[in-house]
Amino acid sequence: MTAATQGLPAEDTATSLPRLLPRDGQRPENWHAHTARHGRLPYRDRRGDLIDDLTAAGLTGRGGAAFPAGRKLSAVLDAAGKRRRAPVVITNGAESEPASEKDATLLWLAPHLVLDGLQLAAEAVGADQAILYTHVDRRNDVGRRLRQAIAERVAVGADRVAVQLAEAPPRFLSGQETAVVSHLAGGPAIPTFIPPRITERGLLGAPTLVQNAETLAHMALIARHGPRWFRQVGTAAEPGSMLCTIRRADGAPRVVEVPLGMPLKALLSDVRADQAVLIGGYHGSWLPATEAVRLTLDNQSLAAAGARVGAGILLTPPPDRCVLIETAAVVRYLALESAGQCGPCLNGLPRMAAALTEIAVGRQRGQTQADVERWAGLVTGRGACHHPDGTARFVRSALITFAAEVSRHQRGQCTGTSKRPFLPIPHGSARTEEDWM
Amino acid sequence: MSEKLLVNPIECEGHGACAELLPEMIHLDEWGYPIVDGRPVPAGLERDARAAVSACPTLALRLLRS
Repeated sequence: MTAATQGLPAEDTATSLPRLLPRDGQRPENWHAHTARHGRLPYRDRRGDLIDDLTAAGLTGRGGAAFPAGRKLSAVLDAAGKRRRAPVVITNGAESEPASEKDATLLWLAPHLVLDGLQLAAEAVGADQAILYTHVDRRNDVGRRLRQAIAERVAVGADRVAVQLAEAPPRFLSGQETAVVSHLAGGPAIPTFIPPRITERGLLGAPTLVQNAETLAHMALIARHGPRWFRQVGTAAEPGSMLCTIRRADGAPRVVEVPLGMPLKALLSDVRADQAVLIGGYHGSWLPATEAVRLTLDNQSLAAAGARVGAGILLTPPPDRCVLIETAAVVRYLALESAGQCGPCLNGLPRMAAALTEIAVGRQRGQTQADVERWAGLVTGRGACHHPDGTARFVRSALITFAAEVSRHQRGQCTGTSKRPFLPIPHGSARTEEDWM
Repeated sequence: MSEKLLVNPIECEGHGACAELLPEMIHLDEWGYPIVDGRPVPAGLERDARAAVSACPTLALRLLRS
């Protein structure tokens, strides 16, 4: 155990949350505050050593896909050994879901925990290059904070691999793994076809580890406290804690760190029975509040309702908004954010968007819903990335959850009274390749 | 050893040659893009599968050993 953690009571570091975010709220941690709370980096001085701990901890990716972190690092380490090529490790802080704030919050408040995780991941796979990919230039404050953090680490010699900052374009798909690699190689931030997997052949051909910022922060703590500590919160199948972005009524987004398996009821305390909850963001699912409050925040529980934890986004539009208009606006956004590379996505998403607008304004024809259902089926599983799949999931869940509201709209009625949009939608769609750079 | 068909949806431009040459395993959606049967290619269709792969103008269709 390191010097700094010895000072803290054992049960405090063990179970209580938050683990990742600073305890005293909103003050960002500099190097001094960071090492006072967590101690120095526990380098293992052996390649691969940390991977066993990550596997035993059961850590999964917190970017949305929940892929086992240990397996991903193993794949990169194996590819590096077989091909005798040093890997690249990349922190993915692009956080392209417009409703999510958790990675930006984490990078702002606890940048050193993420950077520790990046160093430890680099050591575990034997990487000689480390990159932090996020909105460095577009959000000046974040860029300044991260440059400061890196400079602090250089000054004390904390890092063994130099960290480069790289800019993520403000597009929905710019955080998709193959898009990250494409962009860092000098191209547009749009997905490429798999195979090859980037763990085998990623950035300029090197085995590449792309890991969400929060996932790396968890790694930094597992490296310090071990897998048993990590499993002291969460469920047996889905251990640990996760950051969630919660948007209720008209309040500002709130980022909270909660254990996996937490009852949604506790997170949605003020939700009314006639409201709906969007779980997992714009590639996620709408659920009636009455159903959501019976579930827990883990994929095992949510799968039964056709939903997934995703990147931990929970949204409850206030009762005065029309959920169909909100949904149609999001689908339009998703259609415009398609990279337009794959035929089914290029053709299916705009059609679904147009149909949802017809439904929302009460102008649907007899065939409209059947068309949407067919298009949702046609796009699923047929893109190079999961953008069509996620969009189809979102659309289908809306038609099921809002069936009664759809019928009301057919009769020319709508429960929405406020026209102010609730679900955040960024301005401006990509028109030329420059917009993906 | 069995083989499976795989289409690269980024390369595919919906020319439709594959569906003409291998209708048993490939049909076109309403926009002209192929929907490919992902199961192993049966022994009797291997020649047609190879013909479909080589006929693709954008080289988007592949046979992968599984």
